[in-house]
Amino acid sequence: MLQTDLHSYVQLFAFGLVAGLTGLCAIATVVTQNIVRSATWLLFTLAGTSGIFFLLGADFVGAIQLLIYVGGTMVLVVFGVMLTAQGPFIHMKTNGAEWAISIAAGILLFSVLSVGLGSEYLARATGARGVSKDEDTKDSHHAATIGQALSGAPYGPERKNDNNAGTHYLLPFEIVSVHLLVVLIGAAYLARAKRRKEEIT
Amino acid sequence: MSDEVHLYPYLVLGALLFTCGVVCMATKRNAIGILIGVELVLNGANINFVAFSKYNAVFQVEGMIFALFVIVLAAGEAAVALAIVLNFYNNHATVDVDGADELKG
Amino acid sequence: MLEWLSEFWKHNWEFVVAIIAAKLLIGFMLVNAIFSVWLERKVAGRIQDRLGPTRVGGKFGWLQTLADGMKLLIKEDTIPAAADQMLFRVGPYIALVGSFLAFIALPYGDGIIAREMNIGLFFMLAVMSSEVFGIILIGYGSGSKWSLFGGMREAAQMVSYEIPMALCVLVPVIVAGSMNLSEVAKQQQGIWNWYIFHDPFTFAAFWTYFTCAMASCKRAPFDLAEAESELVAGFHTEYSGFRWLVIFMAEYGSMFAVSGIANIMFLGGWSIGLPWELTTVFAQFLGEWPGWIVGNVLNVSVFMVKGWLLVFVMMWVRWTLPRLRIDQVMMLCLKYLIPISCILMAGVSLWTLYMPLLAQWIISLVIFVLSVAGTGFVVFRLITWAALPPGTGMPGMWRMEGLPGYQGAAKTH
Repeated sequence: MLQTDLHSYVQLFAFGLVAGLTGLCAIATVVTQNIVRSATWLLFTLAGTSGIFFLLGADFVGAIQLLIYVGGTMVLVVFGVMLTAQGPFIHMKTNGAEWAISIAAGILLFSVLSVGLGSEYLARATGARGVSKDEDTKDSHHAATIGQALSGAPYGPERKNDNNAGTHYLLPFEIVSVHLLVVLIGAAYLARAKRRKEEIT
Repeated sequence: MSDEVHLYPYLVLGALLFTCGVVCMATKRNAIGILIGVELVLNGANINFVAFSKYNAVFQVEGMIFALFVIVLAAGEAAVALAIVLNFYNNHATVDVDGADELKG
Repeated sequence: MLEWLSEFWKHNWEFVVAIIAAKLLIGFMLVNAIFSVWLERKVAGRIQDRLGPTRVGGKFGWLQTLADGMKLLIKEDTIPAAADQMLFRVGPYIALVGSFLAFIALPYGDGIIAREMNIGLFFMLAVMSSEVFGIILIGYGSGSKWSLFGGMREAAQMVSYEIPMALCVLVPVIVAGSMNLSEVAKQQQGIWNWYIFHDPFTFAAFWTYFTCAMASCKRAPFDLAEAESELVAGFHTEYSGFRWLVIFMAEYGSMFAVSGIANIMFLGGWSIGLPWELTTVFAQFLGEWPGWIVGNVLNVSVFMVKGWLLVFVMMWVRWTLPRLRIDQVMMLCLKYLIPISCILMAGVSLWTLYMPLLAQWIISLVIFVLSVAGTGFVVFRLITWAALPPGTGMPGMWRMEGLPGYQGAAKTH
């Protein structure tokens, strides 16, 4: 008899596929010598990360990731490449010794991180469980909760009755907003520095 | 339910992205290549945040909010970094970070 | 066997439905591109006083696009020597994926949606914004200066126009209180409940949104990325054959997607204008499942007709207005559309908070009556003009006799 309940298999398969592709694209980002190709691989990595977020049920974060990273930051990076290019396609050269050292360091770092995480994980023995079975990834209403948390209203299922709890994120939200404004002005100021220099000389 | 994906694979993926980012920052001489490495590192951290928000009840909303802050700040960081790179390019006609050695004693 | 199948269905119907939905959406994108290209050529022909395709597949040239598509498929797929092979190959598919993903969250009828999403609208905007990266890669990877110019322009234009587009689409979201597209559509039963007539701000937001949508689909008068007269063919200069086909599938796909958003947020979604949900009406007469199916067949056809009507308006604009300059395009966005959309958003928030309900109701009625009367008048003038003898001036034509410096024109009769 065939196993009829495909859910867990499909979930596992989907995670394996997306995670594998994301990891491969991340490695390709590092390995490739052409800066725009590197940016393209980074784009695939970011899209894969947003796929991971969707798998985790965080639709809102996934959509934000696509909108800001893919639609904004990556366009900015490629724009930067185009504006600073001297030839048609830029190749970055890294010599063999540097590669050997950095790959060795990378493997070391990765193994330390994953083994450290793994031992921690195994020490707990039971492993981390999902928050709750009924709160499935299918119909998540996290967006509303995030909005409440950011606007300073009480949020979360267990915090409805407590008026003081859950107002933690209004101030960070405002700080980030002001930060973005400062970034806007600062980036504009920095990028137009050349024109001033020409006027002086 | 042993077939379901647990927290650990997500953390490994995050670690992989983090490592790739660090190696990218170390090997690339191009300023924009270094920026790409930084983005990878931040994404590795973000995967961890969101994975914790799913698998840890205390961290349920916080994980996502932290991830959002990271994404937004990364956008700001990229904007400022690119402005600096453009300025550097205007002054030195290169984006090779080895060219930025004027403060060497 | 049958038992096993029914058991399988009961546990795993979601996957079966998901696979069917994915196939249907890909099929729809293809059909949409074929139909839209045909429509574009017919519309262009009519507006330029010619016939457009007439021979392939009967009197109206129905199969012209299919024949063109077959020609493109057997055409040699050249890659220039100067191009970056990988970027050149991968660019069109990124654009197509960005445009295709938008359809996942787009509802065509009551429950006819690939994935019900709480933030469907936001998801659509997000994935459509990733289409721009494909265009930039196409422009950069081609290794040609025309393509590079096109790609740069496209990047600047699309990234800028996303902001007013998102802000305008938030105006009906504030009224509706939801980003779930199905939910927003269900709130607009009856033509007078359509959010375009809800208040002056949503009315203005619709037109602003539509302008931005045209720009973000890189349609004329904002098609600076292609700009045939200055940039050969802009970003897709170097493309031929199948990849060129893919680029245009993406473009027509995203045209329908932005029209779909406009439909759902402003024009009542799949509502034909009657104050009932068709599926529930038919369910009363025909039983639950047959009623649902019949109602949804109607719903989906209404939605498609509305969507293609908006696509038709985009084509109408494209073949009527001259192209802007790139600095004018950017100025229009940064100096006018962004402030306008900010004002609209602030205005609609204040309106829904502080305007008395009676006044809201009266003003929405006035807007509704005025728009219907205006549309009726235009249609009436068009029909009566068509019946006039040839040589009479068109309605709405700008007569210059009274203006200073008028030196006479060609005789109108």
